[in-house]
Amino acid sequence: MKYVDEYRQSEYIQKIATDISKITTKTWRLMEVCGGQTHAIVRNRIDQLLPDKLELVHGPGCPVCVTPLEMVDRAIAIAAMPGVIFCSFGDMLRVPGTDSNLLEIKATGADIRIIYSPLQAVQIAEQNPTKEVIFFAVGFETTATANAMAAALAKKKELNNFSMLVSQFLVTPAIEAICSAPESLVQGFLAAGHVCSVTGYECYLPLTQKFRIPIVVTGFEPLDILEGILHCVTQLEQGTYHVANQYVRAVKKAGNWHAQTLLKRVFSVSNQYWRGIGQIPQSGLVFNDEYADLDAGTKFALTAVSTPEQGLCISGDIMLGQKKPYDCPHFGKKCRPEQPLGAPMVSSEGACSAYYRYSQQEKFSEHPMSVTDKD
Amino acid sequence: MNIQCPLPIKTEEIIKLGHGSGGEMTQRLLTNYIQPIFNNSWVAQADDSATLPWAADQLVFTTDSFVISPLFFPGGNIGELAVYGTVNDLAMAGAEPKFLSCSLILEEGLPLKTLKRVLLSMASAAKTTGVSLVTGDTKVVERGKGDGIYINTSGVGVLLSNQPTDARQIQTGDLILLSGDVGRHGISVMACREGLEFESSLTSDCAPLNGAVAKLLRAGVEIHCLRDLTRGGLATALVELAESSCRGFVLEESSIPLSETVRGACEILGLDPLYVANEGRFVAFVPERFSNLAISILRNTEVGASCEYIGRVDGEARPQVILRNNLGCECLLQRLPGEQLPRIC
Repeated sequence: MKYVDEYRQSEYIQKIATDISKITTKTWRLMEVCGGQTHAIVRNRIDQLLPDKLELVHGPGCPVCVTPLEMVDRAIAIAAMPGVIFCSFGDMLRVPGTDSNLLEIKATGADIRIIYSPLQAVQIAEQNPTKEVIFFAVGFETTATANAMAAALAKKKELNNFSMLVSQFLVTPAIEAICSAPESLVQGFLAAGHVCSVTGYECYLPLTQKFRIPIVVTGFEPLDILEGILHCVTQLEQGTYHVANQYVRAVKKAGNWHAQTLLKRVFSVSNQYWRGIGQIPQSGLVFNDEYADLDAGTKFALTAVSTPEQGLCISGDIMLGQKKPYDCPHFGKKCRPEQPLGAPMVSSEGACSAYYRYSQQEKFSEHPMSVTDKD
Repeated sequence: MNIQCPLPIKTEEIIKLGHGSGGEMTQRLLTNYIQPIFNNSWVAQADDSATLPWAADQLVFTTDSFVISPLFFPGGNIGELAVYGTVNDLAMAGAEPKFLSCSLILEEGLPLKTLKRVLLSMASAAKTTGVSLVTGDTKVVERGKGDGIYINTSGVGVLLSNQPTDARQIQTGDLILLSGDVGRHGISVMACREGLEFESSLTSDCAPLNGAVAKLLRAGVEIHCLRDLTRGGLATALVELAESSCRGFVLEESSIPLSETVRGACEILGLDPLYVANEGRFVAFVPERFSNLAISILRNTEVGASCEYIGRVDGEARPQVILRNNLGCECLLQRLPGEQLPRIC
């Protein structure tokens, strides 16, 4: 398959892996920011190709994982209302709320539909004028752009039965928050290629200078990830720090102007709560005044829903790169994909789910990828 | 005054609750549709049971229910699925399928012409696979309480070989032969249901497997185990077999046949093709000494044209399925917790 096979060819991959091993003289801890990268690393077992001195920790770049519990409870409350069609991407459906999840509500009669594009939700609203259609708009800058398109289209069509429950996150402030944390162990970042295709990477320039840390915009195929690691380790070994772009086939320095313009037209930046991590200033996207009538949160007067986070899941530590799924006492025991304690075990891009799915059972207790083992 | 309509008002003929009443309407459904279409002496007798000729000592018996939306999809329909599904279950036990029952649960309002299309497909599928649809039942549920048609078929067959073909027979060193590319059924039904379009056309792999299995067994190929790949796909079937045989399997990812369209669709939707449903694919566990014979026979069948050896039973491994990718790295295949859900980005 074009644009895929080239980046999965064994000979190139082995060569880059060898190059990484050759130049690595010290212990380095890198974070891949995006859940898609985590999934690719674990799915392809790229960790098996890396020298022991190099450790990958998994970042907060899975929108399903960081959507606050309260937002999931709000989604469930809206979906359970009569006369409502609730549209969502597939992987939000199993995310545990306080008492239930969307799949369970669906089984008891709620009209919940899995969609593949936010525009489908607008179409459903058009086709069902007597129903209230709500789209669960979860995502980072990449998906937020498609969400903005849906909002703009609904506005243009003057649909008054369409609204969106928005849970959107910005990646750059999250990277800054991780760097700023005094206990941070991360020494270099593989930035999320898809997000950068929208935002560009100029926004990372101040971060590299402020925190003296390399940031490499990286793609999602095995070769991309290894090249990203090579860029990053090269800088670390040389004691340099700047922004590099490995994902040149998709990312330009200034990003996608049209997408950025659309995002600004529909949304404005706000403070945002990240599940497991907490409040990060200026890290969310909410409707601006012009589009405020599309906000399902206000339309359905859900102020009564307010949920504190539950205690057992250590997703915050995992997403900040301080712990690995194997470090969690509940991993694979109390917390499994069929009965998750937290979102990282649910989403296919969540670090815990990826580890559970692709790692060998017998290695759970003595896995070489564990942070605590190394420390 | 006598008012006459110059043209009769044509209402589409549909299934009504009365068709399931057991009365006159049920009778008409039987005599106008089911009996002439299934067309054999047992169904013609219209008894509640069929008395069938049977020479063998042992009988293989299976049952399966079929629910699918949409009823018609690229490469097949619910009627074909209902016949092939049960025929394939018998074939996987090493049996030659003989007789099938057919129970229909119809939704009020279903157009009779739709029912007819499905029944004709069932009859044609039965003919292709050499089975007779000999007995059955029809019930009708209120509109909105069914998905058009649900079908249950049960089937019986006779063993083709004295050698059992089940997970307990799997031995260390056996090669795992996959009959063709995976994931076509799941992706084509999903595409049809959700209105997704691909550059090249994709059809379901829905097909009968009894012919190919009979050819292998009749040629004397020793087969230790057969399993058709349905819900849960290749990965789930192999995980189940590894557990029930208490043996470990090692697969080579690069040798698993996959069409470009299925691969592309799975990449976009975030699905793993190894877990996508199939309706006309199977794996056979074959001892190495029969490997050349088995693949040369299977390659010459319609359903096995793209068959490949995808791995082997490893004596050292724990009862689990390891997938070795083209980088030489290994990962564990496990059951999914539930349905595969398309991901956000």
